[in-house]
Amino acid sequence: MVAAAFFYLFAGVCIASAFMVIAGRNPVTSVLFLILTFFNAAGLFILIGAEFLAMMLVVVYVGAVAVLFLFVVMMIDVDFAELRSGFLQFLPVGVLVGIVFLIELLLVIGTLFVDPAILQTAAAAAAADAPAVGVTNTEAIGLVLYTDYLFVFQAAGFVLLVAMIGAIVLTLRHKPGVKRQDIGKQVERSHETSVELKSVPSRQGV
Amino acid sequence: METFLAFALILGKSLLLLVALLVFIAYILLADRKIWAAVQLRRGPNVVGPYGLFQSFADLLKFVFKEPTIPDSSNKFLFLLAPLITCVLALSAWAVIPVAEGWAIANINVGVLYVLAISSLGVYGIIIGGWASNSKYPFLSALRSAAQMVSYEVSIGFVIVTVLMCAGSLNLTEIVRSQQDQGLATWLGVPWLAFLNWYWLPLFPMLIIFFISALAETNRPPFDLAEAESELVAGFMLEYGSTPYLLFMLGEYVSIILMCAMTTILFLGGWSAPIDLPPFTWVPGVVWFVIKVCLVFFMFAMTKAFVPRYRYDQLMRLGWKVFLPISLVMVLVVAFVLQLTGWAQAG
Repeated sequence: MVAAAFFYLFAGVCIASAFMVIAGRNPVTSVLFLILTFFNAAGLFILIGAEFLAMMLVVVYVGAVAVLFLFVVMMIDVDFAELRSGFLQFLPVGVLVGIVFLIELLLVIGTLFVDPAILQTAAAAAAADAPAVGVTNTEAIGLVLYTDYLFVFQAAGFVLLVAMIGAIVLTLRHKPGVKRQDIGKQVERSHETSVELKSVPSRQGV
Repeated sequence: METFLAFALILGKSLLLLVALLVFIAYILLADRKIWAAVQLRRGPNVVGPYGLFQSFADLLKFVFKEPTIPDSSNKFLFLLAPLITCVLALSAWAVIPVAEGWAIANINVGVLYVLAISSLGVYGIIIGGWASNSKYPFLSALRSAAQMVSYEVSIGFVIVTVLMCAGSLNLTEIVRSQQDQGLATWLGVPWLAFLNWYWLPLFPMLIIFFISALAETNRPPFDLAEAESELVAGFMLEYGSTPYLLFMLGEYVSIILMCAMTTILFLGGWSAPIDLPPFTWVPGVVWFVIKVCLVFFMFAMTKAFVPRYRYDQLMRLGWKVFLPISLVMVLVVAFVLQLTGWAQAG
């Protein structure tokens, strides 16, 4: 009973705030609603007992990705009147994409089009993979992720690494003539290399 | 009925923890000012009550009875929401902290991740506050502070990973227990020297990195660039006064004490007595916990008193180019050592 009440609370807030993300006038409030959506999704994860995923969602998406979103949105200057002027023009395309997406979702998860026997085999396979009782879900994910799916996992890591290097290369500029602090050079300096003593003859200068 | 009783019990525990925490923070604040004063050969607050013991309560009354001002051009809802976020998040992280054997309000399996998640959310209070003020200095400060907190979270995460690998659990209570069972003292055959078992000894470099990152994460001097009164006036709190300001300060100190508690749990054996013999074992665990938290906080206060403020680019350099590589390599080293020597806990 309590769990059901919490489910409807989280799910309701999740959908409402997801709607506010696209309906909000101010981009910053949109991002804040996005964060609320993530947060409620994490709540839903906890309700089904996937506490590790919930915490990861908060740490990664809310704690890091959404912060960067906020950064970008606060920095750029978006003209909303201009953005909204093309709304009706793009509406049919948006609706089309939405409908295609909906049909695909129904095909994948709905029993309407899929043979129930296939779903049952899939459920049986998932049950066979399920870890023994008493294993915490952090351990369960770790056991699967670092054994059966190790290479896929590593490949995903490499994709992220390449994306990161790409972003750094795109923004890296070497301007000539800019003075930069070189910590290594500073530490390397000693009394001998930085001070020069000269005996200056009287009344002649250096 | 049973659900209701369980709910009432949790509520009672939470209230008890909240009151204890707030009173503790009142005196931690006083201690902070007194230590700072002592280093600078001043007396510090000494007027309200004997030795200034009621200074924090006087400050509380002063803040509460002042008129709150909200800037005309600010986003009023977000402006008032920001201090609430900071304070509520900082307090909610305490739900999983075991202050003594079995004394955590919620003894969850992913306790460490919960603390990490909640403390990574703390940045929102600052960034929303800075943005909603609609003023230049708070905005600049909010951006600075957000970048700083995100950067240092990375190294904190890796330090925690090394501790987790040694403990073999994400549960904070289990982490403390794993420090009681084995370690240097047990191998030397002197298990009563319990403090040699704790992780501060084998993971000493990690302790240093964690301590410095905790300073940066909580915006404590020498990393208080969010405030930087010489360049940004008072940082993201510039437009705040009265109770909203109080909530910001409260949230900041609650998260500082949280970081002290995390240091205690991860490296200093939590509630366990330093020497496993009477009369030390007669002292209740919560007393040891508070003593250790105070010890770590004393280090925080001393650092504030005698280290000059970092420059911003150097702060970023320290986070990304020094701490991140060191902690990343240490994760590998610790993993290899645990695997090769077979010290890794089964599970």
